[in-house]
Amino acid sequence: MIRDLLSQGVQMLLVLLLAPLLTGFVRKVKARLLRRQGPPLLQPYLDLVRLARKDVVLADSASWLFRVIPYVIFAGTWVAASLVPTFGSGLLFSWTADLIAIIALLGSARFFLALAGMDVGTSFGGIGSSREVMIASLAEPAMLITVFAVAMIAGSTQLSTIAEFMGSAKVGLRVSLGLALVALTMVALAENARIPIDNPATHLELTMVHEAMVLEYSGRHLALIDLSSQLKLLLYTSLIACLFVPWGTAPPKASAVALVIGAVSYIGKLAAAGVLLAVFETSIAKMRVFRVPDFLGAALMLALLATLLRFVSGSL
Amino acid sequence: MIVAALCSVATLLVLAPAGIALSMHARGSAVVYGASLVATLALCVIAALSLLDPAHPATATLPIGLPWLGAHFRLDALAAFFLAVVNLGGAAASLYALGYGRHEQSPGRVLPFFPAYLAGMNIVVLADDAFTFLVAWEFMSLTSWALVVSHHRERENVYAGYVYLLMASVGTLALLLAFGVLAGASGNYDFDSIRTADPTTTLAALVLLLTLFGAGSKAGLVPLHAWLPLAHPAAPSHVSALMSGVMTKVAVYGFVRIAFDLLGSPQWWWSIVVLGVAGPTATIGVLYALMQRDLKRVLAYSTIENIGIIFTGLGLALAFKAEGLDWVAALAFTAALLHVFNHALFKSLLFFGAGAVLNATGERDMEKLGGLIHRMPQTAVAMLVGCVAISALPPFNGFVSEWLTFQAILLSPQLPSWSLKLIVPAVGGLLALAAALAAACFVKAFGISFLGRARTPVAASAHETDAWSLAAMFILAALCLIAGVLPGLFIDALTPVSQAMVGRGMPDQSGLAWLTIVPIAESRSSYNGLLVFVFVTLSGSIAAFAIHRLASDRLRRAPAWDCGFPDPNPAIQYSASSFSQPIRRVFGGLVFRAREIGEMPPPGGMAPARLTVKMHDVIWDTLYAPIGNGIGFVTARINVLQFLTIRRYLSLVFVALITLLLVLTL
Repeated sequence: MIRDLLSQGVQMLLVLLLAPLLTGFVRKVKARLLRRQGPPLLQPYLDLVRLARKDVVLADSASWLFRVIPYVIFAGTWVAASLVPTFGSGLLFSWTADLIAIIALLGSARFFLALAGMDVGTSFGGIGSSREVMIASLAEPAMLITVFAVAMIAGSTQLSTIAEFMGSAKVGLRVSLGLALVALTMVALAENARIPIDNPATHLELTMVHEAMVLEYSGRHLALIDLSSQLKLLLYTSLIACLFVPWGTAPPKASAVALVIGAVSYIGKLAAAGVLLAVFETSIAKMRVFRVPDFLGAALMLALLATLLRFVSGSL
Repeated sequence: MIVAALCSVATLLVLAPAGIALSMHARGSAVVYGASLVATLALCVIAALSLLDPAHPATATLPIGLPWLGAHFRLDALAAFFLAVVNLGGAAASLYALGYGRHEQSPGRVLPFFPAYLAGMNIVVLADDAFTFLVAWEFMSLTSWALVVSHHRERENVYAGYVYLLMASVGTLALLLAFGVLAGASGNYDFDSIRTADPTTTLAALVLLLTLFGAGSKAGLVPLHAWLPLAHPAAPSHVSALMSGVMTKVAVYGFVRIAFDLLGSPQWWWSIVVLGVAGPTATIGVLYALMQRDLKRVLAYSTIENIGIIFTGLGLALAFKAEGLDWVAALAFTAALLHVFNHALFKSLLFFGAGAVLNATGERDMEKLGGLIHRMPQTAVAMLVGCVAISALPPFNGFVSEWLTFQAILLSPQLPSWSLKLIVPAVGGLLALAAALAAACFVKAFGISFLGRARTPVAASAHETDAWSLAAMFILAALCLIAGVLPGLFIDALTPVSQAMVGRGMPDQSGLAWLTIVPIAESRSSYNGLLVFVFVTLSGSIAAFAIHRLASDRLRRAPAWDCGFPDPNPAIQYSASSFSQPIRRVFGGLVFRAREIGEMPPPGGMAPARLTVKMHDVIWDTLYAPIGNGIGFVTARINVLQFLTIRRYLSLVFVALITLLLVLTL
């Protein structure tokens, strides 16, 4: 009990502390790939601190909801991120929310973010919200069906159980898991506003989605929103790692050595994912907004295929 | 118990004629709605008590109706649950109407029918023979029709009432036939003898299809939904709430009563029919909702979506029950019933909010609203809760029932039949799509009407609604949160219903640690709304506290930034149609055959560019319009008979007589 509580507490702090680092790492690798020096690895932390200490400049037409939403988004994302196993799967509160509930929690965060985009009553906010819900309306079902595929193989939607199952020898090599991995990666790119769906690094008016919604935020509110997006990136990376590369993750009631191995392998997985993401982003161009449905539709179909393959044969 | 219930219903019935007299009176509406509130609350208590003591279903027979039959009433677990839903919605609507009803232009057209309508729905649920059931069903339809056309000076309301009356009659006809087949040649119309009679497989299938048609048309299953988005918004808002939140549930009750109770053991392929209708209903309903500009019409279409979710649960329950997997059937059935309860809560809440907006601004068109969160802060909070809950987001109640439905879908590999194995995940996909689109729809509904800047002077000068209406909304909002945070209690209350209908209830939930819900086994899935709520609240407050203490808590007001191009004109904001434009482009071509036609002036021309969007209601065009035209064609031909001379009429009678005699002799 105490151990589990401790591991849950460590996990909560760990995700909070690592999230800006992952973003900084991806930015650094991207810059190096473009033969630039790039910002320091710790720049995201400094940005967050700087933003948090500045005054908030609030638009005249903003309502109380606009001021509350950053905290809601942050809380929802943080709780979701603390329930995805990182270094070990023995989390005290893992039964609080299964994978479907975690996705729905992220859905709540997105619901409020889209509302924030519409609160001030500017045209860019509306653009962002309207496109965000369009992307979400395809990404969320794709994500859920991917979860169906994985859950039907593992016989559970409980993340800790799935992680244990995926780490055991019972899984074997399955086509449906491969398809699910591709679908989940595509969804993760869309959900985190990465290239080719959205570009986190620009404020180009006509193409932005996520940035358009948060255009009116400043100071501590912006810091929280940024931290939430960094947490979300970490969450999706951890989720993919926990479902598809579960090796090294410490099982529940593991020894101290196993926990250290788990932590080291987790950092290694994050680094590998960061490099892959950076390479992918530098080698591909951003899509037109109305190409996104094709991209996500493909993810949806792959996920459905993965689910149906499970029915064709128990071992596919 | 049942005597008390019938007495309360009788009070409502007496209140109806009293309403005519009272509508002349200044305080009349307060009396009628106050008395309705008391009667429905009493019925709520009765329903709750009998749900807690389900072992002894109370019965009563009154010497009215058909002389050899009498009117049978019965209060078993299923009836008690739906009685609770009907009267909870009824009580909330009465409370709301204590304030809202004062603004009614023509109270004489609303006051007599409101309690009668409530009584009709109650009698449907309590009825224990086919005759009483059908009479009450038709009574419910007619009184609600009267309420739909209560604002009869608006042309479209009259049209809505006409379409509604047609569809309601056809639906009742289907149910009449279904009961006719059920009763068979012996003609025993009380439910007890129908239950013991064992219809052949073909007849049972026929009854199922007729019931799906009859109850489904009342509930709004696609493609029988066409009347619903016309009729529900046309009624006064508290009646809209009852029609959408409660009457559709009475239709669900009719389906459950016949398909699960009276028909006996189901065939596995029935569920394919039900699921094949329910999945598309959910998705198409919400897609239509997304395309609307009228706030109340958005809500009406979203009812269709939720009916799709409920029928998905019922279809799954039929499938699992037919295959003998009682424990999964109990899960799916409980999920469906819980969604019945949840939808009654948040849909009533949302219609109340829409009514408050309508009252404050005189507008239902979202493109003429905006910024209401500043002018109606309390209504905005209640509406926000309703929007989050209906979008199936944790920690509110809508999520719990959808989560349970998904858990049942995930057990579909247990089904032996191949076609079901493949159809169930596809329906799951449709449901996931519907859930995501519902969130988009309610971001739009709330964002366009309540957030941003006021688009018209009426929106800018809106006023907060009265205390009665607010009380009704906040009670429902609180119930949405409670049902989302403590779902175990509500699931346990449904156990006797599920036991009676599918032979088994879900495992006991309220005894589990931390009030978690675990539908099957903890290693398989669990959800704890309470902890999610506590965690989210705690981490949000900690973040707020830490940042305000350690970093900065200063705030300045300034004009909006908007990338350097702020425009004071509120017309530059995104409108309802522009908000849904991306989704229209993605799905519209397929579902609505939507076409966007852009007209650009020639280079150098000074004419404005125009963008027109053409959308077709495919179901209306391909199904309703041909039938309507066909009927019109035939009636136009028959119409000739109205203008014949007396000589020709007599010869017609002569020919008819000869024909009849010939038929008799041959």
